[in-house]
Order: sequence, then structure tokens, then C-alpha cells
Amino acid sequence: MSLLETPSGKLLDAISALLAAKGIAAPDEIAERIRITDQASPARGAQMVARAWTEPEFRAQMLANGTLAAESMGIPMRGLPPLGVLEDTAEVHHVVVCTLCSCYPRAVLGYPPFWFKSAAYRSRAVRDPRGLIAEWGTVLPDSVKLRVVDSTADYRWMVLPLRPEGTEGWSVEQLAALVDEGDMIGVTIPTRG
Amino acid sequence: MGGVSKYFCDAVDTEPHALSDFDKHVDAIRQILGGKRVMSVDELRRGIEAIPEAEYHRLSYYQRWIRSITFNLLEKGVITEAELRTALGEA
Amino acid sequence: MLEAGQRVRVRDDWPETRGPCHIRTPHYLRGEIGTVERHLGDFPNPEDLAFARPAPAKALYHVRFDLPMHWPEGRAGDALVVEIFEHWLEAA
Repeated sequence: MSLLETPSGKLLDAISALLAAKGIAAPDEIAERIRITDQASPARGAQMVARAWTEPEFRAQMLANGTLAAESMGIPMRGLPPLGVLEDTAEVHHVVVCTLCSCYPRAVLGYPPFWFKSAAYRSRAVRDPRGLIAEWGTVLPDSVKLRVVDSTADYRWMVLPLRPEGTEGWSVEQLAALVDEGDMIGVTIPTRG
Repeated sequence: MGGVSKYFCDAVDTEPHALSDFDKHVDAIRQILGGKRVMSVDELRRGIEAIPEAEYHRLSYYQRWIRSITFNLLEKGVITEAELRTALGEA
Repeated sequence: MLEAGQRVRVRDDWPETRGPCHIRTPHYLRGEIGTVERHLGDFPNPEDLAFARPAPAKALYHVRFDLPMHWPEGRAGDALVVEIFEHWLEAA
């Protein structure tokens, strides 16, 4: 259908006008949605990770039910897909991909980064994951098993990475500052910095 | 995309790319349509998968979304082709 | 209901060749053998949701596939873990 080939900017303007006229999405509603979405960022996930590193009860809750753990920290999760949390250990490291589209734990990490949505990342993650994370300079010891989690359906997955050595006694805020989005998808590993 | 050889030798662009106003606007509309049960995320995905391959690669991520959203709204009768033409100034 | 540890094969079926559809079982896993890790819950069938049809809930499982699979890359001991609906799994 030729209408669908209209330049995207024009299409968005027309769809926005129609949705407003039909009472489905008013401009202020869209602005509010953008504002709320902008509030989600990897800082939220990093706070959860740092708390899990320092509070065993919270860690257990987070692994059992990521959605409840996020809600307990005031992160809005209502109506969103369940959040699953993958626990890295000395023996197992996790990497998350969505080969079918770009499912991402947006409530706790914000918008997915460009690379997560790329064809190269999605193709390589399930086929040569060690080669893939080497692009970030991440090299796992041979003793560590890699598990790639392909997010194909109803869950959104984040990684709970290992706490860096030498951070004993650090505050939750100091620890959270060590964790970025790549660490919670598994392409990188947090370090003491 | 899993394992697909065509993309298997591509380097991953790990640089940050900020979203544009267009991107955020399309994202917000998608969320509102989902929240109001006008269009599900699976319908969005089906509409993206229906884009011809050459076209798919020409379009950016959110350009695919607005195209799929338009496809779905037309298919579901939420908007008509005549209304869309008028809104596009093509009446 | 499938049990953790059960060996399963992903159906080697290609509905894409028969007409419009939306399938959440990746192509690269069709016909592959894996191991059920756990039941993740029951969720409306996305194959129906994609067409706005009534979508009965289906059991969803985390299934592990040991590497290497059909590709030369991939190290023994590593694995893929993927969400797959029960109607895409058969006993292996």
C-alpha cells in the first residue's frame, strides 16, 4: 500500500492528529508518556543490583520475583511484562539478547541502546557469544560457563552481576555507581573502576 | 535474526545513539495504544515483520514502528484510508 | 505439564511458509533438542494476540540448548536459554 510508504515524519504527524481527533491519544498524554519513559534509566537497575549486593533478603526477593523487588523500590511495574533476574556466579555468566525483536527490561534500564537492537548483535549473540562480548573487551575465563538468554516471549531479563572484589564496606550509592547498562545485559562486567 | 549469517560478520556499533524527538514520540504512541488495548505489542511486531526486506533495512528502528502502527490502525479500522489521506493533506 | 530436566524437541514446523503469522519460536531452534529448565507461567498465545484474536493462555518454559548447536562457533559447556511455549515442544 503506497500510503505506508509516506515519509515517516509526515506519517507520524498524520497519525498523531488522527489519534488526537479520535480521543485515543491527546498531545499532552503523549508528552506525559515521554516524560515518564525518560525517567527510566540504568540508574534504577544499578540501585537494585547494589542493594542485592548488600542485602541478602533483597537479593533473594529479586531473584525470586524481579517485578516485586522493583516495585518495592518504587519503580512502576504495573501493566508491564514480568521482570526476571539472572544471577551470575563464579561459575556462570549471563548475556541477554532478543533475537526476534528488541525486548528489553525498560522499566529498570530505560530505552534499549542502539547496539541491542542491531542485526549484528542479535545474530551473533546466540551463535558466537564469546566473540560478541569481546567487542566490549569482555573475556571470560575458561572456567566460567556462558549462558545466553534469548528473550523471545513474555519475560524481560536483567543480569545480576558479580560484586567486584575490593568493594567490601562500600555504600549502596558507591556500588550502584559501578554498574552500567552493559553490566546488566551481560556484555560487560562491573569493576572497581 | 538469531545466528543469521548475513549479519554474523558485522561489527557491533557500541557507541551511544541518543533518541530523537521523533523516536520518543513514536515510542509513546505505541505505549498508549498498548495501554488502551487498541494495538498489542504482538500486532506491532507482526506489522514490522510484514515490511518487505529491502524497505525494512532502509528504515530506522522507529520508522518501522510508525509504519507498523499505521498498518495496524488501518487494518483494524481504527482509522480509514480516506482519513489518513486527508490528514496527510492528500485529499 | 513438562517437568524440569525433561528432554524436548522444538517442533520442526514452519507456519511462515503457509501464510501470514507471527511466531515467537526462533527459526534457529526449529527441530533442536533441549532440556526444560522451568515453567515460567502461562501467558496468552502471541500467535493469536498478533491478529487480535482471543488468545488462550499457554504454558511457557525456559528451555536450555547446549552449545555448540548447528553452527561451528560456540563453546562446549556454554548454553542458550530460551522462552518457548508448550505447543512448540514435543518429547525427545
